[in-house]
Amino acid sequence: MAVETQLRNGSVPQQKDVSWGIAMAVSWAGLRRRLLRALITMAGVILAISFLSYMLITDSITQALVAVNNDRLNVLLQNTGVDVFGAEGTDQMTLLLIGLSLLTCFVGIVNAMLMSVTERVREIGTLKCLGACDSFIVKSYLIESAVQGLIGALIGMIVGLLVSLVIAIVNYKSFVFTNFPVLPILKALVLSFLTGTLLAVIASIWPAYLAARKQPVDALRIEE
Amino acid sequence: MGTPVISAHDVCKVYRMGTEEVHALSNVSLDIEEGNYVSIMGPSGSGKSTFFNMVGGLDTPSSGHVSVEGYRLADLNSRQLAWFRCHKIGFIFQSFNLIPTMTAVENVSIGRIFSGVSPAEAQKDAARVLERVGLGHRLDHLPGEVSGGQQQRIAIARALVNQPSIILADEPTGNLDLKTGEEIIDLLNEMKQQYNITVITATHDMKMLSASDVVVSIEDGAIKRVAKKGEFEVKVGSIDGETVA
Ligand SMILES: Nc1ncnc2c1ncn2[C@@H]1O[C@H](COP(=O)(O)OP(=O)(O)O)[C@@H](O)[C@H]1O
Ligand SMILES: [Mg+2]
Repeated sequence: MAVETQLRNGSVPQQKDVSWGIAMAVSWAGLRRRLLRALITMAGVILAISFLSYMLITDSITQALVAVNNDRLNVLLQNTGVDVFGAEGTDQMTLLLIGLSLLTCFVGIVNAMLMSVTERVREIGTLKCLGACDSFIVKSYLIESAVQGLIGALIGMIVGLLVSLVIAIVNYKSFVFTNFPVLPILKALVLSFLTGTLLAVIASIWPAYLAARKQPVDALRIEE
Repeated sequence: MGTPVISAHDVCKVYRMGTEEVHALSNVSLDIEEGNYVSIMGPSGSGKSTFFNMVGGLDTPSSGHVSVEGYRLADLNSRQLAWFRCHKIGFIFQSFNLIPTMTAVENVSIGRIFSGVSPAEAQKDAARVLERVGLGHRLDHLPGEVSGGQQQRIAIARALVNQPSIILADEPTGNLDLKTGEEIIDLLNEMKQQYNITVITATHDMKMLSASDVVVSIEDGAIKRVAKKGEFEVKVGSIDGETVA
C-alpha cells in the first residue's frame, strides 16, 4: 500500500502555466468590468506623465527657439522668463519636480495594487482551488498594472503635448511652427510613454508577489 | 463494495492561537467509497471545513495522512497540488465564490483553461455544462445579475467542467432558502449518478440529508458515527441514526 502510494505520487503531473496571451485576455475582461478602480489608478499615471511630457516638450521648444537667435523672438522668450543667454539644459528644480511627481505616481500605483490584492483575496483563493498556479496570479497582476500604465501614459503624454503646445503658441505665436523641433518632441513623447508604462509594471511587482503567496485556505476563511 | 477513493488515517489538525491550542480534528479515520454521496454532518465549528481542506489539498494534517485516489497529498509540491485540484476536485462553497467580473460562461471556462484546454474549447465545454445545469439562457450574465440558486448552479457547472472524481461542497445550501437548497442537493445527486462522481457535502441542516448514501456525524473534531443509507431515516427536521462506527 505504501509502495503504491509512493508510485502514484511520482506520477502526479506538474500543473502547466497559462500563457501570457490567455492571462492577458482574462485580465483585460476583468479590467473592463472594474473600470472605476482602473481609472483611479490610471489618473495617477496620467497626472505624472502629462507633467513629465509637458516639461520635456516645453524644454525642447524653448531650446529650439533660443537656437534661432532672432531679436524679436528673444524678447518674447525673455518675457516668459527664459534665460536666452544662459546655459542650456533643464535646471535642477525642474528635475526635482519631475522626480517627485514620478515618485508620487509610483507610490500611488503600489497603493492601488495593494488595495486590489486585499479586495480580491477570496478571488485569488478561489482561482487556486480551480487550479491556478502562482505564476498565473503574478501574470494577471503584472498585466493589469501594465495595461493601466500603458493607457495612462498614452493619455498623459497627449495631454502634456497639447498643453505645452497651446502655451508655446500663446507665448511665441507663429515662431513655434517655423521652428518646430519634431525630433526632440518625438523623443520626449517616447520617453514619457516608456516611463509611465515601466513605472506601473515595476510598481506592481511587490503586490503581485504578495497576491501569489496567498494560500487558498487563508483566502477562503475570510467571511463576508 | 466500492474502492475507497478517499482515505483518511488518524488525521489530527491542531491550530495554535498564541499559547492556546485548538484541536480542529482529533484522530479522524474515514474511508469514502467511489461514487458515494457522503454528508458530513455537524454543528458549526466541529471541523467540517478543516476536513474538507485536507481532502482538497488546501491544507495538511498536523499528524496522520490523507490520500485521495492513492495520492498522498502531503507529499505533493505546489504545482502538483494545483494539478490535483484542477483535475480531481470540484469545489463548491457556501457563498458561491464566483468571480464577480466574469460572466457565467467565463467563470466556468477559467478552470477548464487552467487544465490546459484552449479558451475557445473551454468556452464550448463551459456552455455545454451550464446548459446541463439548466442555465443555458444565462451564459453571458454576471453573477450579480442572477439569483443565489442560479449562482450556485454556475458554481456546480464550474466544479463539473473538468470532470473531477470528487465534488467537495462545503455547506452548499447555507446561503439558500429551503426549496432552492433542495433543488441544489437534487442537482448534485443527479450529477453524482450521471457521472459516477463522489460527492461530499458538509451541512448542519438535517433537511439536506435525503440524497446521502452515507452520513458521517462529527462533533468537536471527532467522528461520532457513520450511518449508511437505510441506517438513518430522514424525517422532517430530524435524523434517526443507528450508531455504526
Ligand atoms: N486557521 C485557524 N486558526 C485557528 N483556529 C481555526 C482555524 N481554522 C479553523 N479553526 C478552528 O477549528 C475548529 C473547526 O473549524 P471548522 O473546520 O471551520 O468548522 P466547521 O466547518 O465545521 O464550522 C473551530 O473551532 C475553528 O475555530
Ligand atoms: Mg465550515
